[in-house]
Amino acid sequence: MSGAEAKTPLIRFENVSYSYGDGPDAAPALDGVNLEIHAGEFIAVLGHNGCGKSTLAKLCNAVLTPSQGTVTVGGLSTADENSLLEIRRTVGMVFQNPDNQIVAAVVEEDVAFALENLGVKPEEIRERVDRALEAVNMSEYKLHAPHRLSGGQKQRISIAGILAMRPACIVLDEPTAMLDPRGRREVMETVHALNRETGMTVILITHHMNEAQAADRVLVMNRGKILLDDTPRRVFAEYDLLEKHALSVPQTVQLTHYAGLAPALDVRECAQTLYKWLMGEQPC
Amino acid sequence: MLKAEHLTYIYGAGTPFERRALDDISFSVQAGEIAGLIGHTGSGKSTLAQHLNALLKPLSGRVLLDGTDIWDKKDARNARFQVGLVFQYPEYQLFEETVYKDIAFGVKNKGVDEADGKRRQPTESELDISVYSAMDFVHLPRELADKSPFELSGGQKRRAAIAGVIAMMPKVLILDEPTAGLDPQGRREILGHIKAYRDATGASVVLISHSMDEVARLADSITVLSEGKTAMSGTPRAVFGRADELEALHLSVPAFTKVFRLLREMGVDIDDGCYTAEAAEAELLRVKSAVSRGAGEETC
Repeated sequence: MSGAEAKTPLIRFENVSYSYGDGPDAAPALDGVNLEIHAGEFIAVLGHNGCGKSTLAKLCNAVLTPSQGTVTVGGLSTADENSLLEIRRTVGMVFQNPDNQIVAAVVEEDVAFALENLGVKPEEIRERVDRALEAVNMSEYKLHAPHRLSGGQKQRISIAGILAMRPACIVLDEPTAMLDPRGRREVMETVHALNRETGMTVILITHHMNEAQAADRVLVMNRGKILLDDTPRRVFAEYDLLEKHALSVPQTVQLTHYAGLAPALDVRECAQTLYKWLMGEQPC
Repeated sequence: MLKAEHLTYIYGAGTPFERRALDDISFSVQAGEIAGLIGHTGSGKSTLAQHLNALLKPLSGRVLLDGTDIWDKKDARNARFQVGLVFQYPEYQLFEETVYKDIAFGVKNKGVDEADGKRRQPTESELDISVYSAMDFVHLPRELADKSPFELSGGQKRRAAIAGVIAMMPKVLILDEPTAGLDPQGRREILGHIKAYRDATGASVVLISHSMDEVARLADSITVLSEGKTAMSGTPRAVFGRADELEALHLSVPAFTKVFRLLREMGVDIDDGCYTAEAAEAELLRVKSAVSRGAGEETC
């Protein structure tokens, strides 16, 4: 976002480390990370299993608190227990397995669950639940039983449950890992629409390189540290570095790389770039 | 090796939830072949898999293992050992106290067939061989054998669960979405182990997936299911050549294929049947040099 640098960041990591277990030999899952996330950004976080990306996600809304350093959300430290409610209202999380996140027997009751806990008035709950289901395009299922929905639909219900709390930021930890291609597309379209239309900040943890292509900013993590932090175009231009860490790049980027060209981020751009290359420079 | 003929299966027959899961499906896999079975959720892949190892009995049609109907002679039990099925997210099924005991469970159940047709329990050393060689196939370090399976990492649990089926040395190994939820490196490793099992034993493999990319790299043949019917079948090349139909079936087509199709539409003479990185790179460079040569002749 232009001019975002001037504003206070929504989430700030200052020299943050986190270790699971407290033995002296426990390797840190996150190691001295500095990071600023601004309102309205769409950030994809990439890396292998064990690179620290889920730890990073959980530190964003005080599911975990730093072993060292500080994480602040809207200026509030996640280590301060008095701020927990405010922080969790600001940053909502969606996890990988849709079946672990659904608690009610009726879709709209599931979406209303957190609001009831927060003591929101019934008429406002009605309004917020309807809006949230509209936003994920699931209104017609509001009286259905969640267990009869597809994986992609369940995941959109989970997202609606978070939206109903009206957070400024939504963190999604591999939300499509257990979905088929159709479910994956449904969830990604929903998340992009939220970012575009409501300006909601999105932090998307993913293994899928093609899901990172459409982000504003890509973080690549390796062994608890941030290896790259830039636009997708510049990140994927680091072909050799990514290859060295056995991180695959999108296929469109592979193709432009074979031709010795700058990375292309979608199929059409890739075809056009390759066309110019193939037809361009003539040898004489 | 394993052949399904005209299978039909209906869930909840006679209830309001009646659903025709398989509708006159035929499918076969040869010895030593890796057959990909692809389709979106609800297309019938898993239902077909459960027919192939006699967990479900077809309403009509039959399944032949080495030419014998698996439901003949009340021998379905035998079919379940000859045709090993690894379910989706198999790590949820680990249950024993140690990794060793978990992997040994199926081997013990299977027993050892004696020449006189009787079945006996495997000896300790036979069990050791089965369990450790299965662990080797999936690159699970032997020192993990005495650990609780619940102490393993996610990827290790998945491999332990696969080892439990491999240990029975099935002639046909069926895996339902074996790489679901793993990262790219974990996916590559699991697929490598599956290929190694095939290469070493000559077994047949049926690989069920909704990832076309993944199956394309490994499979000798591909069958695409849609709404309980066979939509396409053939070599990976032949199936990927029908990208439009695949997309209409909500299956993802590799970006390589999509880019090359667009280039063809722009008038470039490029083969859009490429679905692996190596083939795509070679084809791209071939076209580049062909175009340069052609242009050179015209203008010079």
